[in-house]
Amino acid sequence: MSSATTAIDARGLGKRYRHRWALADCTLAIPAGHVAGLVGPNGAGKTTLISLATGMLAPTAGTIEVLGGQPGSGPGQLARVGYVAQDTPTYAGLSVADHLRLGAHLNPRWDPSLASRRIEQLGLDPKQKAGRLSGGQRAQLALTLALAKRPELLILDEPIASLDPVARREFLQALMRVTAEQELSVVMSSHLVADLERVADYLVVLVDSRVRMTGEVDDLLATHRLLTGPRREAASLPASQQVISESHTGRQSTFLVRTSEPVIDPAWTVEEVSLEDLMLAYMGHASGSPQGQRLEVGK
Amino acid sequence: MIWLTWRQFRPQAIAAACGMVVVVSVLAVTRQGLTSAYTAAGLPACHAHCATTASIFLDRVGNFDKFLDFGTVLLLLVAPALMGLFWGAPLIAREIAEGTHRVAWNQSVTRTRWTVVKLGLVGLAAVATAGLLSLIVTWWASPIDAASLVGGAAQAATGGNGVHVTFNGFAEARLDPVIFDARGVAPLGYAALAFALGVTAGVLLRRTVPAMAVTLVAFVAIQVVMPNFVRPHLLPPARVTVPMSVQHDQISTDAGTGLSTIQLAGSFSKPGAWVLSDTVITRSGAPASDVVVTPAGPVLTPLPKACLPTPGIGINGVGCRNALQALHLRQSVTYQPASRFWPLQWIETGIYLLLAAGLGGICVWQVRRRRTP
Repeated sequence: MSSATTAIDARGLGKRYRHRWALADCTLAIPAGHVAGLVGPNGAGKTTLISLATGMLAPTAGTIEVLGGQPGSGPGQLARVGYVAQDTPTYAGLSVADHLRLGAHLNPRWDPSLASRRIEQLGLDPKQKAGRLSGGQRAQLALTLALAKRPELLILDEPIASLDPVARREFLQALMRVTAEQELSVVMSSHLVADLERVADYLVVLVDSRVRMTGEVDDLLATHRLLTGPRREAASLPASQQVISESHTGRQSTFLVRTSEPVIDPAWTVEEVSLEDLMLAYMGHASGSPQGQRLEVGK
Repeated sequence: MIWLTWRQFRPQAIAAACGMVVVVSVLAVTRQGLTSAYTAAGLPACHAHCATTASIFLDRVGNFDKFLDFGTVLLLLVAPALMGLFWGAPLIAREIAEGTHRVAWNQSVTRTRWTVVKLGLVGLAAVATAGLLSLIVTWWASPIDAASLVGGAAQAATGGNGVHVTFNGFAEARLDPVIFDARGVAPLGYAALAFALGVTAGVLLRRTVPAMAVTLVAFVAIQVVMPNFVRPHLLPPARVTVPMSVQHDQISTDAGTGLSTIQLAGSFSKPGAWVLSDTVITRSGAPASDVVVTPAGPVLTPLPKACLPTPGIGINGVGCRNALQALHLRQSVTYQPASRFWPLQWIETGIYLLLAAGLGGICVWQVRRRRTP
């Protein structure tokens, strides 16, 4: 099995439901080996993108390749991708042990010891019906099912959205532990920006069915600065500084700019940006705004 | 995939097995009495003039056995519908409604295989269940079926038409539209079709309860349309024209209306045949206009003038007989002979199996289409 260097490669990808484009003109390449966060407000197209990547949906326009293959195209491709769907569905009438047997029967690369070890660590009763588990336990069971099939890429769709803070933290810790242990690429969507900040080292921001920004977290942090100084207009900034967001008080202006050059203007107080502020700034822009064009941060 | 299908189907399978055990035990226990009554009536040894023997036996069938005879026919009509509703409709609809299809479709098994295995195994279980039921019921009811056939043949031999031996409200011939669905291989076809209908409705509607409703309506429609409009034409019906006896000395006059009639007796005699149409025709072959069908059979009215009494003289017997002969009344019958039971069973079952396979194909195609996020 070839180990592809690109986890998800989309070109001009679009999906239309009747008259509404849930995802439009999406071109991105998420490299393998990352924990990629897919952020965006509700309804931005995150689930649609993930459904296209798992082959649950067929694209209306463009192409998408996952690990170099057609999503869901055959048993081999299915075996390489683990998927934890939104609301972490499980079979309510089947026990925890039944779910592990399901995984063992349906996946040739199933790792039984990994599965039983995780269930033990989680303290789940194998005889317990999945329908009677708590939300956090169900999410952990769904994650176990996806991990024990030994995928090369793990795709998670809002796995923690409905969990309480403790369960959320436990889930993310479990996720980080396995990504450290296994050679695993992860693509995880969330509208909970703070949670992604803790795990993601690659970022895709989706707003209004379109990709707003993609890039590695380190590069993003290195190329964005928060400028605070006397009030002035965005147009007066040098061309090398691209304004992502701005706010003004009577005498003072604050700009979040993207720039690859050092800011030398002594009028500014220059600060580094937190990833959370960065994501929020990008998500704050409607696609129709002057800065609405797609931004890409390369190495 | 086989394991998962079985694990998901287990509760329904257990429920069906329990029902089956009850049915089989009741039938096994009661059949003993039925066969001994059959033997006691002397039917196995009877070779000629057995009508009385048969009717003695049929009269002796107890109320509980009559209830079972009726109940088993009903069961075989209802069982396929139940399997369509409770096995077919939820099979995929429930997965989609509860979101578990997103688990199933992301294991290392293609959706085609997932659908085919689920459809195939549970569908096979439905067909096998119906087959077992049909076999047991046919076995249990064989004394009654045999006596009815003997009774019909005997009745035909003594001048009756042999078609209308009724027992328990059905014409107890295997070709009777209702009995036909409850004997032989037809229940297998019905089960396959009802199950496939359920699954298809579930795939298209994606919710279990609406799918069950649609399945029920569609299946009942098929159960009505098939015997009434399709089955009579599956094989070209046989047509026969036979003389009609009309006795000039059998005039009966209604005291109230003063209307005179003569009972007509056809000579059509095919035991176990399924009569599709039975008309009285005249010399030209056109339906007789002066024949009225009453619950007791067709009667001739108004009578020819020659058969009406002349005041003071009465009826001119010779004139009346000649007038009746001149009418040249004959009975024209279209029917499916009893020997066509198995050909019709196989054709109809084949049609159902083909339809079921077609619906299965639609299910696979729909699941592959990937519309469901």
